[in-house]
Amino acid sequence: MNSNLYALLGLGVAVSFVMALKGLSAPKTARRGNLIGAFGATIATVIVFFDPSSKEHNNTLLIIAAIAFGVLVGVPAARKIQMTQMPQLVALFNGVGGGAAALVAVVEYLNLSAEGKPSTANLIATVFTVIVGSTSFSGSVITFMKLQELMTTRPVVFPGGRFVIAGTLIGVLASGGWTISFGGNTPLLVMGLLSLLFGILFVLPVGGADVPIVISLLNAFTGLTVAASGYVLQSTLLIVAGTLVGASGTILTRKMAEAMGRSLFGTLFGAFTAKPQALAVGGEARTVKSGSPDDVAILLNYAQRVVIVPGFGLAVAQAQHTVRELADLLAEKGVEVAYGIHPVAGRMPGHMNVLLAEASVPYEQLVEMEEINPTFPQTDVVLVVGANDVVNPAAKTTPGCPIYGMPILDVASAGNVIFLKRSMRPGFAGIENDLLYDAKTTLLFGDAKDSLTKVVSALKAL
Amino acid sequence: MTTIPTMAILTIFVLSIFVGFEVVSKVSTTLHTPLMSGANAIHGIILIGAIIVANGATSTLEITLSILAVVLATINMVGGFVVTDRMLEMFKGKGGKK
Repeated sequence: MNSNLYALLGLGVAVSFVMALKGLSAPKTARRGNLIGAFGATIATVIVFFDPSSKEHNNTLLIIAAIAFGVLVGVPAARKIQMTQMPQLVALFNGVGGGAAALVAVVEYLNLSAEGKPSTANLIATVFTVIVGSTSFSGSVITFMKLQELMTTRPVVFPGGRFVIAGTLIGVLASGGWTISFGGNTPLLVMGLLSLLFGILFVLPVGGADVPIVISLLNAFTGLTVAASGYVLQSTLLIVAGTLVGASGTILTRKMAEAMGRSLFGTLFGAFTAKPQALAVGGEARTVKSGSPDDVAILLNYAQRVVIVPGFGLAVAQAQHTVRELADLLAEKGVEVAYGIHPVAGRMPGHMNVLLAEASVPYEQLVEMEEINPTFPQTDVVLVVGANDVVNPAAKTTPGCPIYGMPILDVASAGNVIFLKRSMRPGFAGIENDLLYDAKTTLLFGDAKDSLTKVVSALKAL
Repeated sequence: MTTIPTMAILTIFVLSIFVGFEVVSKVSTTLHTPLMSGANAIHGIILIGAIIVANGATSTLEITLSILAVVLATINMVGGFVVTDRMLEMFKGKGGKK
């Protein structure tokens, strides 16, 4: 292929990525934007086989087989995943991307080293890619395990942990310096292993509620590693695409942190400041008021205004459709119904909107936190379905608890609060919710979908 | 291999940072998750880097590592775009009202 034509097509692909990101930031154009990006990526993958600057084509068949294998793994995973598990899938995809970038840098390093010591600039870019790519890979695996609840969602903190983390980081940087000064395979191997360890240690102390911010940050990191490999491989497309993701990912991470009321600094360096905390215990002795589906139906039936607060429990129980049935039934009876959507309801910002859209809840009924909070004093009943942390007043009243400072839905100012919960188990952030013991609170235990179905039939019988 | 001047690379890099900042500056909270997922798919473009190094790989070690990179990058890219599309599919018909 003519090298100008090749460069021109590469430019077109870079433009398609800019348009993809632009499209993805507005609801109307989001889907089209994603498709434009996918189209651009496909073009890039096809034309790279005709890259005029690469003289060798040693493993074409093997490469095509590897791509086919990747498609066979990736597509079914993305197609079959439950929407509730989607955040951890994104984390995993990000991790393998980071791993791929690190491997590319390693192979290119081996390749260049065979012809003598690579230039310092190349070495710096390689070291950066391997460190950040490996960190992103192992960090993403830990976030995946946290979200999949394969391990505890609480911050994992051990005495002296911060010294271990700081020590590992120093080791990573020292082995990086060693690689840059002397080259050779041993320093690179040591550096890669230490970076993997650092990724694990970096994510372990992050509490469950902060995990989405970490995924977003690791995503931005992976983007930068792609840009750095672009420098080593002399590919402007990789530089542009990687930098775009790095920059937009950084902005997105900041916006997410703002939406959750978290300081980015606190989240990231929590590892260095976190102290082992006593678990909240002693709640067992307090009494809660639990009600029957009939009690709940009566409360709802005589209300003027009901706000439904959906949480991750609703998603787990697949109760989106039942909750909509209940809302429709109440609307028929003349009750005003709205949904109060916390920015991080579910597992990630915007996750709950995706889930409710799946159940075709009208978009106008989904009210964001800032708009719904002032209306709670005029609300008779709040129905909290499988949510906990996002309505926990501890975020306002208990300094030092993991969610302190996070904006919450002010459901305590409503007339009555009904919690549909599976058990008294605390929420994802692992802290007690005092609101559960409040006099105006009624609890209905059980699977969210079951409970809602019972409430719907009780309501029909009234 | 033609070498791109370092200053040209620096220019591209800095301008791309600003474009990256600018394009997502007005994103609504609703779209945070799909946008993250879409950006995640875009960095799957490391696939072309993996293909480039696999093209030149000769030793068993290089071939093994670069083919593994191709597999991982493909999963990242293809899976990323597909899952983003699935998320956005659900906004269908209701988008644009806000």
